[in-house]
Amino acid sequence: MLKLPPNFQNYSEARQQGFMRMKELKEKGKKVVGVFCTYTPTEMILAAGAVPVSLCGMSDEPIPFAEKSLPKNLCPLIKSSYGFAVSDTCPFFYFSDMILAETTCDGKKKMYELLGELKYTHVMQLPPGRSGSLALESWYGEMLRLKDVLCRQLETDFSDEDLRNAIRLKNRERKAMLDFFELGRLKPSPVSGYEINTVIDANGFIFDTEEKIAILENRTAELLQEYANNCQGRPSRPRILITGCPTGGVREKIIRQIEELDADIVGFENCCGPRAQKELVDENKDPYLALAEKYLGINCSVMSPNPGRIEALEEMLEDYQVDGVIEVVLQACHTFAIESERVKRFVTQEKHLPYLCLETDYSQTDTGQINTRISAFLEILT
Amino acid sequence: MNYVGIDIGSTAAKTLVLDGERVAAAFTLPTSWSSRETAARIKAKLLELGFDVESRTVKTIATGYGRVAVDYADKVLTEITCHGRGGSYLFPEDCVIIDVGGQDTKVITVENGAVARFLMNDKCSAGTGKFLEIMANRLEVDLDELFLLAQSGTPIPISSMCTVFAESEVISQIGVGKSKPDLAAGIVESVVTRVALLAQRHDIRGKCILTGGLSHIPYFRERLASKLQREIYTHELGKYAGALGAALIAAEKCN
Repeated sequence: MLKLPPNFQNYSEARQQGFMRMKELKEKGKKVVGVFCTYTPTEMILAAGAVPVSLCGMSDEPIPFAEKSLPKNLCPLIKSSYGFAVSDTCPFFYFSDMILAETTCDGKKKMYELLGELKYTHVMQLPPGRSGSLALESWYGEMLRLKDVLCRQLETDFSDEDLRNAIRLKNRERKAMLDFFELGRLKPSPVSGYEINTVIDANGFIFDTEEKIAILENRTAELLQEYANNCQGRPSRPRILITGCPTGGVREKIIRQIEELDADIVGFENCCGPRAQKELVDENKDPYLALAEKYLGINCSVMSPNPGRIEALEEMLEDYQVDGVIEVVLQACHTFAIESERVKRFVTQEKHLPYLCLETDYSQTDTGQINTRISAFLEILT
Repeated sequence: MNYVGIDIGSTAAKTLVLDGERVAAAFTLPTSWSSRETAARIKAKLLELGFDVESRTVKTIATGYGRVAVDYADKVLTEITCHGRGGSYLFPEDCVIIDVGGQDTKVITVENGAVARFLMNDKCSAGTGKFLEIMANRLEVDLDELFLLAQSGTPIPISSMCTVFAESEVISQIGVGKSKPDLAAGIVESVVTRVALLAQRHDIRGKCILTGGLSHIPYFRERLASKLQREIYTHELGKYAGALGAALIAAEKCN
């Protein structure tokens, strides 16, 4: 069974409390920027004295609203995000002074055009690959342009020193997140994947970065103690690495289910894991160039080619002592669905580990089918 | 000791009893709307045949979609593991097992007697028994008649992507007066294409074995063999591969 700490707060509770926190911030005159993706340079938002809040849709409830104008056969994350905005059921979208997005996948960038009709949306032009001759240069230009946009929209200004301070703060948060993720390297793991996934997403609803860092550091220290006291030397359940699309919207259906079926999720090679946190922003360079370099290096499947993802996967398979890989592909996510072929080949042929790919959406209609596939996969491992 | 394997699929519930290595009983019941009720009927039928699942000399493993409804089972396992075990018992060597179930089609690679990897259809029921059932209903025939008709027809292309689309296609083909045999042939071809595609994605190595209800229909086996361009092996106990695997694992693990 899944083990959770006694004071565990689930995602929807954290989200609810986030509403109140945000309302207080707004009443104090704080500006809020709604964001969607790990490519967003949140340091710039902090430097501008505003707070970033994630608007990624993780529920199937608003999808029918989105399907009034978006195609049915589209990624549930995109439909959910747009559905929340268009049905005016997301307080965070409501409180946002502006939206900051990027041209990541085709579905998202076209959705942002419609989103822009509801609220001011600035879309950064992310290069489709990092190896092109102008990739870094154009992305650096987007960073400079973003500064102007933020200052104009939020009626503020910030210095290079403000930005450097924000970079240093975010780097500390990254290190705290990494230390938390890397608890999964311990065998047996003292923390469930469900908790890792929930804590990281719930932290998105805390708007004071120092407070986030403190929460992560405390929990990491507690779990290290837990490992020393109760886990070390004990047998381990099969150790699963999750890869592919973001898993916030399938947390109950897949993440919880895997652990209820007697395996441990030890790591996430997706944007809910260390992917976007591993590389820090260089604190000694021109801050705009440093940000451009850091964010262009994220190994999302929207990048072509994307060899860094396979390298990151290889490192995690070893460091986290993984027994099997489960890839989660959200319905109609073309980039991850196609890249799954390379991931499968790498995991099975080069690493000789079992691999399972689950294609799903946010609905509960395939719960039985998902359960059978996960159970059968775990029966191979035991 | 007797070892009972119960495989409650979405359409049929298969039960097989082993007495040592000998198959002491094997029977199929239709799965009713309630798996729990089906499980109770199996229990009664077993008792009629002299096997009391509550006694200490009978060990039971349940598999298939209704596995959790078998409250008297000593253990539950997925149909993947059980089909793998059953198939590799019928053909004892490394092999690939294709099972077209009522709602799921599976391709399972068995190495050294155990499941090494598997692939299943996506959410849609195209390429499963459910697809054939829906289409047969449209043509107002049963499954045996559908295959009989198909043998004398020339296949009309029918989408193998989506059951709902395919059904509308069949309706419009009926509308323009296409013959039943041609439609039946098209329907079978659609399932064969989809199943073959899944098998090819899985990279078949070794003997290819067809299990499940469709393994008893020679025409389906022939079409699949031709599509995959390789020999397809079947066995008289093919329908019971899952139940047999469950019983075999019961013999190994439930003592």
